[in-house]
Amino acid sequence: MVISPETRAAIDEAIARTPQPRGALLPALHLVQAEHGHISLELAAAVAEILGIRSGDVMEVVSFYDMFHARPQPRHHVSVCTNLPCSLRGARTLLAQLEAHCGVAAGEPTADGRLVLGREECLGACANAPVLRVDGTYHEKLDSEAARQLLDGLE
Amino acid sequence: MGPQVPLITNYLTQHFLDDAAVGLEGYERLGGYAALRRALENSPADLIELITSAGLQGRGGAGFSTGLKWSFMPADGELPKYLVCNGDESEPGSFKDRILMERGPHQLLEGILIAAWATGAEKTFLYVRGEYERPAEALERAIAEARARGIVGTNVCGSDFAHDIVVIRGAGAYICGEETGLLESLEGKKGQPRKKPPFPAQYGAFGRPTTVNNVETLCHVPHIVNNGADWFRGFGTEKSPGTTLFGVSGQIARPGLFELPLGTPLDELVFEHAGGPAADQRVKGVIPGGLSMPVLPADQLDVPMANEFLRERRTMLGTGGVMVMDERTCMVRASVVIAHFFRDESCGQCTQCREGTGWIHKLVERIERGAGVMEDITVLEDICAKMEGQTICAFADAAAWPIQGMLRHFRGEFEAHVVQRRCGFAESFEL
Ligand SMILES: Cc1cc2nc3c(=O)[nH]c(=O)nc-3n(C[C@H](O)[C@H](O)[C@H](O)COP(=O)(O)O)c2cc1C
Ligand code: SF4
Repeated sequence: MVISPETRAAIDEAIARTPQPRGALLPALHLVQAEHGHISLELAAAVAEILGIRSGDVMEVVSFYDMFHARPQPRHHVSVCTNLPCSLRGARTLLAQLEAHCGVAAGEPTADGRLVLGREECLGACANAPVLRVDGTYHEKLDSEAARQLLDGLE
Repeated sequence: MGPQVPLITNYLTQHFLDDAAVGLEGYERLGGYAALRRALENSPADLIELITSAGLQGRGGAGFSTGLKWSFMPADGELPKYLVCNGDESEPGSFKDRILMERGPHQLLEGILIAAWATGAEKTFLYVRGEYERPAEALERAIAEARARGIVGTNVCGSDFAHDIVVIRGAGAYICGEETGLLESLEGKKGQPRKKPPFPAQYGAFGRPTTVNNVETLCHVPHIVNNGADWFRGFGTEKSPGTTLFGVSGQIARPGLFELPLGTPLDELVFEHAGGPAADQRVKGVIPGGLSMPVLPADQLDVPMANEFLRERRTMLGTGGVMVMDERTCMVRASVVIAHFFRDESCGQCTQCREGTGWIHKLVERIERGAGVMEDITVLEDICAKMEGQTICAFADAAAWPIQGMLRHFRGEFEAHVVQRRCGFAESFEL
């Protein structure tokens, strides 16, 4: 696994915008993950080398932040906000229905590697609860039928 | 589906329903960037004086005077100095900054540029919560437009003032909203808050003097520059001027965003503006300011939504995230959700916080299951009291306050769980 020249150029741009190369670590990790789906040890070492820091520093950051993944991921991340405002409007029931529909518990990927269902802390869309996040896109005010269709439509 | 647009608007959100007002052309047509041009003709000291006399208070949760905060920045001294705009918004129940960034990106940029001029900052780091991809895109687009027109760059609006704005996306850690956790994150580290002092005005981003302001706080600034301190004080209360964005959610007829003057009574907000509870329900309790703030019971909703009044009821405005619970909701179960959140998000540096959030969750969960004993309730109170004011950052306080509020007002429900050895709320949400 290698960082493509395009991603490398974008990382260099991020470095140019921050006072110290390490300040580009979060942007670099977002870029690398967008390209490869996760940040393997090998990729972390490559990022460390570009920024002139130790790979341990990179791995530590990868494990601190929920959005960075050290291991290969299912093709889609589907998460339901289960914090209080969404819970008050049926989010936990919706999650249970989706778990039943997909035949997996939250946190376990489906056997075909198609998707993983997860719980999410507040997504900042409380007035439109319940809220589902599918690979970075919000879907708000969903009923369970619409949510099931959305999941079925994922490749 | 687009973002939630405000149901009641005022000066901050008046054009948010109009798609044509989002871009630079629309924004300028409506008078945008006039405040910046005017600010650049004034000295930084005059601007700080204006914002101080307007009485603008930070909208990120702590309610600190914005003018005073700006005045802490070393007035001359060497560059670089920085501005950080806190767009991490992860306080559960809050969604105002998301709408401000997505629907009014140029209003925010104008506020940033004025604040940067007033504090002598050469660069702004605009830290946007990782999940907020659309708002980050809207801001990137707006910055590109502003740069192309010479509003951001080496000669801001043709002046000698140079300023650059960089968007940095977070990556899913609540604690990065705390200003020094955010600074660590900007530097490419784990977002673990720093010991204070030194404060950011002395030792901030990359060790340089830095002002940290919330998104909404900066959005008020152009309006104050355009209209003056007296105009601003025409909204709100004497001690808490201006409007703010209340985000109402939970068991309520019309959840949404409402821009209203500070000091608007909570019952007016809940029952008039947000339509009250469902037809056959009654309100049981309302969390007035995001998940960190203590709940108020139904008989205390006549309080004006401003810190000087909320403090008398032992709660605070926080981020203005108003969560309504009706009588179906089990307050112990709600406490489990709250405790779970804080247990998961503690950064773990301080023993009281790391251990305390774990214990609170364990005890509340046990009581909810019907496996608790009366002593658990006193132990809970004891743990909460020991977490206040003891730690590197205010997260531990924020974890203890809501549980203390639940015990203060709904202790009977905790006791009933213990006595009956089960939860008696059949219609509450499932855990
Ligand atoms: C645990 C914790 C989380 C916080 N999260 C946020 C946040 O998401 N957004 C924010 O603007 N301020 C947040 N704050 C407050 C910031 O530390 C800081 O006070 C604020 O950004 C300053 O801006 P203001 O003076 O304009 O309000 C948080 C504070 C704590 C203790
Ligand atoms: S109080 Fe909690 S969140 Fe804050 S620094 Fe200490 S351990 Fe971290």
